[in-house]
Amino acid sequence: MNIVVCLKQILDPEMPSRDFRIDAATREADRGTAGLVMNIFCANALETALQFREQHGGKITVVAFGTSSAEEILRKALALRVDTAVLVQHDFAQRPNPWVAARVLAATIRKLGDFDIILTGRESGDWGDGQTGGLLAEEFSWPCVSFADQLNTDATKPGLVKIRRQTDQGSETVEANVPLVITVTNNDQNVPRIAKTRDVMQAFRQPLTNWSLADIGLDKQSLEECLTGTEVVELTIPIKQAHCELVTGETLEERIAGLAQRIVAVVQSA
Amino acid sequence: MTSVVISCVFTWTGIDRAALGVLGAGQRLAQELSGRHTILILGSPSDDLVAEVARFADCVQVMSDPMLANYHSETTLTALTEACRQLNPAVILLGNDSYCQEMAPRLAHRLKGSATGDALSLKAEGEAVLVTRSVYGGKALATFALRRKPAVIWVRARAYDPARPQDASAEIVHMQLKIEEDQRVVLIDRQTQPQDAARLEDARVIVSGGRGLGGPEPFTHLQSLASAMGAQVAASRAACDAGWVPAGWQVGQTGKKVAPELYLAIAISGASQHIMGIADAKTIAAINLDPDAPIFHHCQFGLVDDYRKVVGPLREKIIELLA
Repeated sequence: MNIVVCLKQILDPEMPSRDFRIDAATREADRGTAGLVMNIFCANALETALQFREQHGGKITVVAFGTSSAEEILRKALALRVDTAVLVQHDFAQRPNPWVAARVLAATIRKLGDFDIILTGRESGDWGDGQTGGLLAEEFSWPCVSFADQLNTDATKPGLVKIRRQTDQGSETVEANVPLVITVTNNDQNVPRIAKTRDVMQAFRQPLTNWSLADIGLDKQSLEECLTGTEVVELTIPIKQAHCELVTGETLEERIAGLAQRIVAVVQSA
Repeated sequence: MTSVVISCVFTWTGIDRAALGVLGAGQRLAQELSGRHTILILGSPSDDLVAEVARFADCVQVMSDPMLANYHSETTLTALTEACRQLNPAVILLGNDSYCQEMAPRLAHRLKGSATGDALSLKAEGEAVLVTRSVYGGKALATFALRRKPAVIWVRARAYDPARPQDASAEIVHMQLKIEEDQRVVLIDRQTQPQDAARLEDARVIVSGGRGLGGPEPFTHLQSLASAMGAQVAASRAACDAGWVPAGWQVGQTGKKVAPELYLAIAISGASQHIMGIADAKTIAAINLDPDAPIFHHCQFGLVDDYRKVVGPLREKIIELLA
């Protein structure tokens, strides 16, 4: 099968809160000295694709829509031996919202050819919209299965994939016809692998397609419909109002008794 | 023209706390917009369920079909889209369960509206709806203006005050829509956790352990503390990643988002991705050896000490007080 994995580069979510700043003018996070990383759910999606290819063959194309720095995560994917990598660059001051991302990714994928499965992460660790996968399915009028954590196929049933997805109550297994979009969530089986050093070195010499919006037949005007509709009107760092009262007491025993009383008071009023 | 605010209720969840939160959010937003609060029940509802929700709205639209009795990612979405199309709403509200999260952006796309989710608060401002939610793993709060109708919003359902019964009885309309079953995706198995395995999302009291516990064994002590308090046990990502406890116990941005009355964090430092999962907890308390741990910025009360000296005696004391 022919698989596309959409990858997003984000501000490292592990950066400490005290270093986090906001650019009030653009209503975006100020990158400062923080690192940029591949969104974790995108990495889970890529791992799912790699495992699928190991078992069933096929080709993996990775696509990123971002600024020039996003080449880094595509090189990372190349080091994991994906077949093709494509970067669609933009220079928007503000973050492209998920509608823009879906429209751009759809145009890119159409230009690349025919695919059976598009994988995306469940949501991103920065803005966390959790919309791109679903919107991408709508751009193609394909079905979408979300929160998937396992992907399989059976050689006797061509064109069918078996997907396990997480639900609030447990899990579901569905069979779906390709083409479709699948959004991937994390579980203990799709923990991203680490590339071999040799492959990392080689990844820098691999071809990487670099497209502008014009190359995929889009411009800001044609994206107008996606850019309007929702707008970020405010971005603030919340002020921590909680005042933590540390239980006091001469001895640890007294402090534990104090803590127990506070806990019991809350539990009983609940 | 009066704005229509639709709150969606699905029969597979029925009227639980989350649904009441969605209806409460819809009721208040409809008031702000001087609009009409319409509840759309989709699935295969009983007359009792219809009568029950009718207390919370001006109008109840019933979309009933045996084919819709269970969730199906494509068929349910098609039915929901068609139903909403007929009602021409300004706002459509959904809960934040995984089914709703799956449908909401696609619904907005089909209706050529706008969407955002995980809403902590909603406000009408002129023609727009302002939605506030956490971004950047809880490090920032963003307010979105949704200007294109319909505004499709999934809300952090349990964080909203439940709907209140209204005086006048609602108009009840049975919708007639022809929906075809979508065969492109076929459900072949549905695993639900046993009824007695209460969901973390619904837990009233949670005792949670983190990296500072140092291994899987201390979780047995947390378990007995939890039993004494009538609580459920959860864990931070560090503890789950280390394989000390199952991944299903994880609370945080990449785990479960919980809303208990009390969340007791033991040996959890309080990274922002963890805090994001407990933002809706009514009371947060912590036991941590490090007085500078970020968790203390989010607590109402806490104790700075080694959990190993605290958990056992604390359990004894709580049993004594609750007796």
